[in-house]
Amino acid sequence: MKKGMLHGRSMTSGVAEGEALVTLQQMSWCGGVDPMTGTVTELGHSLRGENVKGKILVFDTGKGSSAFSHATHVTRVTGSQPAGIIVKQVNPQVALGAVVMHLPAITDCNADPCEVIKTGDWVKIDADRGVVEITAQP
Amino acid sequence: MKIKPDEQRMLEGKEGLARQKAMELLVKYGDALGAEEFVDVDNVFILSGLFSYTDVFEKDIDIDAIASEYFLDSREKLVVDNVKAYTTNHLFTIDLAQGHADLVRAPQVLKDLIAATQGYCKRVGISITGTCTPYQCGNTPVFGEHVAWVESSAISYANAVIGARTNIEGLESSFSAALTGKTPLWGFHFDENRWGTVLVDMDSETISLETVMEYELLGCHVGRQVGTEIPIYPRSPIHPNADMLKGLCATGASCGGVEMYHIVGVTPEAHTLEEATGGRKVTRTVSYGAQERRECYERLNTSRKQDVDVVTIGCPHYSIRQMAQLARLLDGKRVNDNTLLLVYTAKAIEAVAERSGYNDIIKAAGGHILVDSCPINIYFPTSSVVATDAAKITYYMTGLRGFEDVWYGSMQDCVNAAITGKWEGELR
Repeated sequence: MKKGMLHGRSMTSGVAEGEALVTLQQMSWCGGVDPMTGTVTELGHSLRGENVKGKILVFDTGKGSSAFSHATHVTRVTGSQPAGIIVKQVNPQVALGAVVMHLPAITDCNADPCEVIKTGDWVKIDADRGVVEITAQP
Repeated sequence: MKIKPDEQRMLEGKEGLARQKAMELLVKYGDALGAEEFVDVDNVFILSGLFSYTDVFEKDIDIDAIASEYFLDSREKLVVDNVKAYTTNHLFTIDLAQGHADLVRAPQVLKDLIAATQGYCKRVGISITGTCTPYQCGNTPVFGEHVAWVESSAISYANAVIGARTNIEGLESSFSAALTGKTPLWGFHFDENRWGTVLVDMDSETISLETVMEYELLGCHVGRQVGTEIPIYPRSPIHPNADMLKGLCATGASCGGVEMYHIVGVTPEAHTLEEATGGRKVTRTVSYGAQERRECYERLNTSRKQDVDVVTIGCPHYSIRQMAQLARLLDGKRVNDNTLLLVYTAKAIEAVAERSGYNDIIKAAGGHILVDSCPINIYFPTSSVVATDAAKITYYMTGLRGFEDVWYGSMQDCVNAAITGKWEGELR
């Protein structure tokens, strides 16, 4: 059981933990994730077919339509949202998305979270202190 | 974030509960971005067609409750009095006009939601433009103006073509900006984030930028290459018109994530290459020549079936100039019995087209003119063969909606397909 830590900037507040779902790619939400279920639907995306619900979602940043935040908002209303998010870099879509999903979110970490964290790792986000704790799965 | 006294007043609820919620949301959003303060805005463009996911709405529509949740992120029902900033709206998903009912075939809940939202916009003082192209009909910011806009193609137009300043706002942040007259001072609101970083090297022997389609192909290629970086296009021998730049904005933003670009000698922050780069070195160069142009065209054309079911044009919404061009192409012609011709524009433009006689010609030919809506929100089967002159629509039709057979070409190619029922477009 290897342990790791990341320090970053808190985008929102709160604490969450869960299994990591990681992509090196950017994510589109409007058209990229089904807000009714949390399933990633974007054609050609490395996470296509995976489900974000309850996960610690780790990705580069947001992309695509300005309806991004609305799609995340509906995802939260249906209870299909991730437990928390970690992004390599912030942009307006992902900033507003994190706010309306009411979840802890961290960015600008001291190492690239998309490289350090692997899908399946157990990850704890403390967005009040800007700390990410990673426990690798054996 | 640094909070100014007028912002503090709103945060304390001294201007009512709705404005307090809006300000709270903007503070959270500004914190998430890493912004240090707000900037005043008196020009806001909001999303109002929030109805891609109608399943989450109850049959009995309480528009104040819906607006509280989806516009202001508030469980508590808030009654909004008036917006503070000058605000116009995006489209309403579909055209509710009686005459189009058979064509549009929208579910009842969607029609009810749209009617209720129209009433809401009217009540709170939003100018109902119902278009993705506010700059074509009543909402044109001035150079250097800080604004809060939605819609990637319009954001690109505001930043690059007009020289106004906006980030990619969403539903909640734009509506909150409308209520408070505030947006986080971040990103494109600063000079240094607007300078070009990638130079486009155009082969002037083979590339001649004379049409909207040429600009669309260029925007598609460059968008795919640069993602969210800021490209600089060289001066072209022929000065572009607004429709050409509208096409460049729509494709750069949808095929990539381009929300700001420069054309030397054309756009207002690029009188010279040096001004466009802010005096810095560009990070790289992207080439565009005959081969890239052809690859782009071929990627946009996914169909091999010659018989066209639907011709859908006007994305972003046609300008009055394009309505005039379309009328000229359709004058005295007749759309094929097996083909549907759908033309999308803004209500304001439709009104000018009406008095100019364009609508009569288009309708006499068998075309349908739709307002307040978008080609991706119409309910025809995904097995249909679709032709369009909008590269952005090919992207959404294939990627988002799952259509397999999409043809892309010029307005002329699309009109020919509507008349003969066959696709005969080619890259000339």
